[in-house]
Amino acid sequence: MTMKIFIPRDAAAVAVGADDIATTFAQVAARRGLPVEIVRTGSRGLCWLEPMVEVATPEGRVAYGPVSAEEVASVLESMASNGPHALRLCIADEIPWLKRQTRLTFARCGVIDPRSLEDYRAHGGYKGLERALSLGSDAILAEVTASGLRGRGGAGFPTGIKWKTVAQASADRKFIVCNADEGDSGTFADRMIMEGDPFLVIEGMTIAGITVGASKGYIYIRSEYPHAVAAMKAAIVAARRGGYLGDKIGGSACGFDMEVRVGAGAYVCGEETSLLESLEGRRGLVRAKPPLPAHHGLFGKPTVINNVLSFAAIPFILAEGAKAYADFGMGRSRGTMPIQLAGNIRQGGLFETAFGVTLGELVDDIGGGTFTGRPVRAVQVGGPLGAYFPRALFDTPFDYEAFAARDGLIGHGGIVVFDDSVDMRKQARFAMEFCAVESCGKCTPCRIGSTRGVETIEKIIRGERISENLALVEDLCNTMKFGSLCALGGFTPYPVLSALKHFREDFAPIPTTLQAAE
Amino acid sequence: MTVAFEPFYEPWNETRGADIVAEHASQEGATLVILHALQDAFGYVPEAAIPMVAQALNLSRAEVHGVFTFYHDFRRKPAGRHVLKLCRAEACQAAGGDALAARAEARLGVALGNTTADDRVTLEPIYCLGLCATAPSAMLDGRLIGRLDEKRIDALVAEAQR
Ligand SMILES: Cc1cc2nc3c(=O)[nH]c(=O)nc-3n(C[C@H](O)[C@H](O)[C@H](O)COP(=O)(O)O)c2cc1C
Ligand code: SF4
Ligand code: FES
Ligand code: FES
Repeated sequence: MTMKIFIPRDAAAVAVGADDIATTFAQVAARRGLPVEIVRTGSRGLCWLEPMVEVATPEGRVAYGPVSAEEVASVLESMASNGPHALRLCIADEIPWLKRQTRLTFARCGVIDPRSLEDYRAHGGYKGLERALSLGSDAILAEVTASGLRGRGGAGFPTGIKWKTVAQASADRKFIVCNADEGDSGTFADRMIMEGDPFLVIEGMTIAGITVGASKGYIYIRSEYPHAVAAMKAAIVAARRGGYLGDKIGGSACGFDMEVRVGAGAYVCGEETSLLESLEGRRGLVRAKPPLPAHHGLFGKPTVINNVLSFAAIPFILAEGAKAYADFGMGRSRGTMPIQLAGNIRQGGLFETAFGVTLGELVDDIGGGTFTGRPVRAVQVGGPLGAYFPRALFDTPFDYEAFAARDGLIGHGGIVVFDDSVDMRKQARFAMEFCAVESCGKCTPCRIGSTRGVETIEKIIRGERISENLALVEDLCNTMKFGSLCALGGFTPYPVLSALKHFREDFAPIPTTLQAAE
Repeated sequence: MTVAFEPFYEPWNETRGADIVAEHASQEGATLVILHALQDAFGYVPEAAIPMVAQALNLSRAEVHGVFTFYHDFRRKPAGRHVLKLCRAEACQAAGGDALAARAEARLGVALGNTTADDRVTLEPIYCLGLCATAPSAMLDGRLIGRLDEKRIDALVAEAQR
């Protein structure tokens, strides 16, 4: 009997050897005369176990990991004999780290072959579109609104309201734009879903298209993600061939098609209006709002622009109904959030769960603390514009409002863990430097303020007039906060001020005796 | 082990450049698409190509030049034979990336953002490859590498120097 072996083709798995492993499995199996079929999947998101390899058994898919090339032969032996192995875990779905999750968006990621439309359909794909086509625009809008879905790109704006605005706008052309610029450090959920379940993103965008009356979509993917670009391009071709893109999608009267566009290494192009400028072929200068993209977006036409995860949540909401989604979560944060655990963490990866889980649970319990084994000192939540939180704030529940109330943000759901060797002056300096490098240059507080911020923090690091310079940094932060057009300049103060506030001891390294003499 | 491969780029050729520009010029908002295509072919965007892009898209030279300089990806001259990009963003910093970057700089004798004197290696920072749970991360000529440590960074540097 042919053994079916699943090996991820996800970039994170490939970066730790998954391609070599796949080649070795095929070679060793051929040498032994073992008939095997190797399926390249996405990643299940248990990154510390990558490359994680699975084999189909009558009981389910048994996982092994992390597998190195040297261990392939013995793993294959164990697979063939159903025998023990040091790397043998259990049935993948039963791994506690996976079982604790609520995977609505990532249900298929790591399970199916992302290059296969048939596999997607066999696992419930395109049920959402089918229902959407039978509902029509108004009823779809009602579902999306009732689901409580808020944009997963960072700002948390209600998706239903955005779509409705575009649906009501009248124009000869409208557009659907998917924001796959995912520039935040510590985030990779967009990348994983594009590589592991690309048809899901296409389905979400297609539903958006029929809802608002747009027949063309663009997905703007950052150039740092070549694997995601390839996966999306392949899926678009397959969807077209299968009648799911183009005229008369899914046998209906509606037409929708889309194409991939690749960014060019500018962080600010993740900001929606900068992204639209870039798509139009210009420098990524942020546009003043209003007008909103919903009224005056790509090429001046009404445009829905959403994050990858926002579109990826849509098929479930349509297929299972708004209530099934909204039943998860807390307060005004409904549904699930694909949280990304990263940095110095023992069990890092993608953890999709209902809103409400606390930061402490995520870092200590699920993440297992640091991989260096040292105490966790700081975590940055929400990317380079997100605040650094100390352990004292670990009771904060993962919820838009709860983080905002503590001068933080959940952003795109990335959590970067640092141990006690971190120097928060360096982190504060980096936040300013990143802003200076990536600023689009339109506003002075962002462009000049961040450069001044770097210089001033460097003075603090050198021990020059610390209290005066700290006051100056706080001042600069205030100017940036209130004088910037977009959140790059406006939110860079979050990491800086949170470092100052929660880790003040790092900024006053002068012994008390010297300080008294000053 | 994966064998080192050398990226192959064509030498600049005006006819070939014109073909590339023409191939993509009819797309809406084609500027970035064309600049990417030129760089994919030649390894950089030759100065001489800028007016060709401008003419094809009915833009001014200054506009195209402005776009070209706005984006970090586009090169004005060829890179070294190999390009080693080290992730310098927060998750990789948290995982020990600072020390590894310093080590690579010391081994190659150039700071991030520079090319070695023998034109073999361009060492560059990159801000997140989306491999933040298997950090620190790097990219050598398009190939991704995660879980970097001293041994792996030394091997990468050696491979790039070959
Ligand atoms: C500097 C900056 C970078 C951003 N980067 C991204 C990004 O990479 N991906 C994303 O989806 N949204 C990003 N955003 C947020 C977008 O402007 C916008 O809110 C989002 O695409 C809307 O989609 P959503 O409602 O589905 O979240 C960024 C915002 C700013 C200010
Ligand atoms: S805050 Fe910075 S990035 Fe945003 S519009 Fe102003 S200059 Fe551009
Ligand atoms: S639902 Fe009628 S045009 Fe799409
Ligand atoms: S921060 Fe280095 S890969 Fe994301």
